[in-house]
Amino acid sequence: MNRYPLWKNLTVLIALVLGLLYTLPNFFGEAPAVQVASVKATHKVDLKLMNQVEAALKAASVAPQGIYLDLNSIRVRLADTDTQLKAKDAIEKALNPVPADAAYSVALNLVSNSPNWLTGIHALPMYLGLDLRGGVHFLLQVDMKGALTKRLDSTAADLRTLLRDKNLRHGGISRSGEFVNVLFRDTETRDKAKQAIAASQPDLALAETQTGADYSLAVSLKPQAVKTFQEEALKQNIATLNKRINELAVAEPVIQQQGADRIVVQLPGVQDVARAKDLIGRTATLEVRMVEQPSVLGNEAPAGTDLVPERRRDGSTTMVAVKKLVVLTGDRFNGAQATFDENQRPAVAVQLDAAGGRIMRDVTREYLKKMMAIILIEKGKPEAISVATIQGEFGNRFQITGMFSPEETNTLAILIRSGAVAAPMDIIEERVIGPSLGADNIAKGFNSTLWGFVAISLFMATYYLLFGAVSVFALSANLLFLVALLSLLQATLTLPGIAAIALTLGMAIDANVLINERVREELRNGSTPQAAITAGYERAWATILDSNVTTLIAGIALLIFGSGPVRGFAVVHCLGIMTSIFSSVVVSRAAINLIYGSRRKLDAVSIGQIWKAAP
Amino acid sequence: MEFFRIRKDIPFMRHALVFNVISLITFLLAVFFLATKGLHFSIEFTGGTLMEVSYVQAPDLQQIRKQLESDGFADPQVQNFGSSRDVLIRVPLAKDSETSKVGDRVMASLAKVSDGTQSAGAGATAPVLKRVEFVGPQVGKELAEDGALALLLVIVGIMLYLAMRFEWRFAVSAIIANMHDVVIILGFFALFQWEFSLPVLAAVLAVLGYSVNESVVVFDRVRETFKKKRGLGTPQVLDHAITSTISRTIITHGCTQMMVTSMLIFGGAALHYFALALTIGICFGIYSSVLVASPLVMWLGVSREQFIKPKVEKQEAVV
Repeated sequence: MNRYPLWKNLTVLIALVLGLLYTLPNFFGEAPAVQVASVKATHKVDLKLMNQVEAALKAASVAPQGIYLDLNSIRVRLADTDTQLKAKDAIEKALNPVPADAAYSVALNLVSNSPNWLTGIHALPMYLGLDLRGGVHFLLQVDMKGALTKRLDSTAADLRTLLRDKNLRHGGISRSGEFVNVLFRDTETRDKAKQAIAASQPDLALAETQTGADYSLAVSLKPQAVKTFQEEALKQNIATLNKRINELAVAEPVIQQQGADRIVVQLPGVQDVARAKDLIGRTATLEVRMVEQPSVLGNEAPAGTDLVPERRRDGSTTMVAVKKLVVLTGDRFNGAQATFDENQRPAVAVQLDAAGGRIMRDVTREYLKKMMAIILIEKGKPEAISVATIQGEFGNRFQITGMFSPEETNTLAILIRSGAVAAPMDIIEERVIGPSLGADNIAKGFNSTLWGFVAISLFMATYYLLFGAVSVFALSANLLFLVALLSLLQATLTLPGIAAIALTLGMAIDANVLINERVREELRNGSTPQAAITAGYERAWATILDSNVTTLIAGIALLIFGSGPVRGFAVVHCLGIMTSIFSSVVVSRAAINLIYGSRRKLDAVSIGQIWKAAP
Repeated sequence: MEFFRIRKDIPFMRHALVFNVISLITFLLAVFFLATKGLHFSIEFTGGTLMEVSYVQAPDLQQIRKQLESDGFADPQVQNFGSSRDVLIRVPLAKDSETSKVGDRVMASLAKVSDGTQSAGAGATAPVLKRVEFVGPQVGKELAEDGALALLLVIVGIMLYLAMRFEWRFAVSAIIANMHDVVIILGFFALFQWEFSLPVLAAVLAVLGYSVNESVVVFDRVRETFKKKRGLGTPQVLDHAITSTISRTIITHGCTQMMVTSMLIFGGAALHYFALALTIGICFGIYSSVLVASPLVMWLGVSREQFIKPKVEKQEAVV
């Protein structure tokens, strides 16, 4: 007899029901929605905001189909794209009365149309990759060496202040490579300086060297400090990217660390690539330096200064000589907004952090009525974005005024905000997929799978009759499990992923062919139908296991070493192998048992012609 | 229905030498093409910029090429992609630092071309950008390294598993047979200068796992036949194993090929080379696992004694 114990049948049944349940959301499609997220740390997304959104919609007489609050955003589901746009405008106006100083990002998005109870059990549609939904993908490389150099430059500045404060005379401080060299006249001062530095900056490694009559101290960062510094630099860059991307109002941006010094940025559905790239790719850093000479003729930099071009409003460029000493760097900036000063002239309001404010107070006291330059460094090329005279002593809040138009102050504010990255970054990989291409890819992948599946089903059902139909049922169960798993895990589905679904199905049928051929062979050798079913399934099992393990080895290798599109392929491939073992062996056996298992007198099974060689 | 009405075991092994010579020749040809022509790597490996743009009317590719060259792009490739209105443009990595701006610069060049034709009355409208891919040099190098490592891991993993489950002779011949498949797929890509991209690499590795599974099925039978049928010589055992699995081999591969053919037809340009690599892999997979791996096992000297010596082995056979 071929009967499964109750628990096995129940397992199959439960698996099928769960598979169906988690596959379901993929059929409901998506509805237009508006997503509201906070751009500023001071503004929280909470119930109060939700009520505000609701009121704004009511005022604009837009009837939402549902408003959802989650951890950091509010989503409003709407009937169609027209009301979506209307709702966006209404919410935008209500939440951001001053567009230049927006506290919330209001973005167009899509939400799943599936009923709430499905969303309640975390049954969500598959997460589509960028190649299927369209959007932009960037891989950014953080220039750690550049960041380290910058850090050492500021260390040199710190050492200068420290030695001056302690009244220790030095013969010059300069950076060369990964070291800052401090020269001394005698060993006594050097020893004192060494103690002072070690006490105030425990991150620094100090080595004594001597060349001729010069005693020097080679200062470098300890390896541990280098590591923490790099980690922090990466974290800060990610935070900065987050801020910049919020300005783009993208619905579901992905900003992730990849490896030790890379950042992945994915912006689904972004159409304005140029703007996105402009904001992200603006691998800029900011420095504040004192101006030595506002306009220099020729290319000769006066001693102790750097020449920096300044683009004037009339389009001409002049060179500004700035001191080598960096007063402030971008990481001291907390924010910058376009605003108006007390005389209603356009201005940029800048906020610094506490340490930055302290430095600024000292500097402005010392250099009152002198000129100060804010320098933006993009790809190693500095440009003075603002050269202004210090009008008074100020701290961590100040305004830059000048002959600005409101647009110009806006740009300057964005530039200053975007300059607040710790380490320079470069785009090393970029992928842009237009929205129509994404839909096209889905259709292509879907059609390939569908027609391949149909062809296999037709063949199996004609060649193996009922056993073939059961194989097709098992194959459908396999597809169901695979889609359900992908939806449940929210693994990213890409076009190679869809190809992997198709390929996995094409390969999974192997197990059923093996079983069916074995059953036929047993029947040919004269076994009774019931015995043939048992023997067929059991003998085929070892082979199925062996062959799937070898395929799985290839899949895992791809998973470990693959990146991007290959990874998408590998994930689906590996999952598919697991589900196919279960469905082709357990599910198909359950079905066969259900059909034939309980018949006592079974003379023949429907598995197609059993051809025997004439004796 | 029954396609395979085989009365006696087919004497595959009698012709083993012939098959091995054929394999060797194909293999050497593939190596020859790989060595002389080399693979046409996609920009994912070489680095560079790839753009897909579509026009309302078919543009003049020659003109686009000329404009790009005069705008300072060295060696741009311009070709149709899918239809005559879709154009694929490849620009290799330039030495200057502004590589990430290449996309914008190419679009500017294209706009110049369409402006020119418009005034000439050809009526070509501005192109619509469908896809841009930019890959920096360091990424490409890493991908190539990762690909090689993945291949190595697959080979070592599969050999270890087969050596554990069967015997080292099986492991060695399965890997040789399937590496021969991989080299032949690569040989095809070199000969026809098809683009070797990341999905193709994935296909090659998937095929490797898949055709090993083919050899496993045959080997499984070999082991079983050795244990069950006494009095058969090694070649006869191999013949019997191959003959009794041949129907399954053809049907399985036929089914997989149906899926792959469907991908070839409906998958469009994006899946074209992926499906092509799979097709070659599947065809040579059948050939190599049946007609290359089995003779190799024989040359390596497989015999009954290796399977029936220990008692433990016998118990395992009951599974």
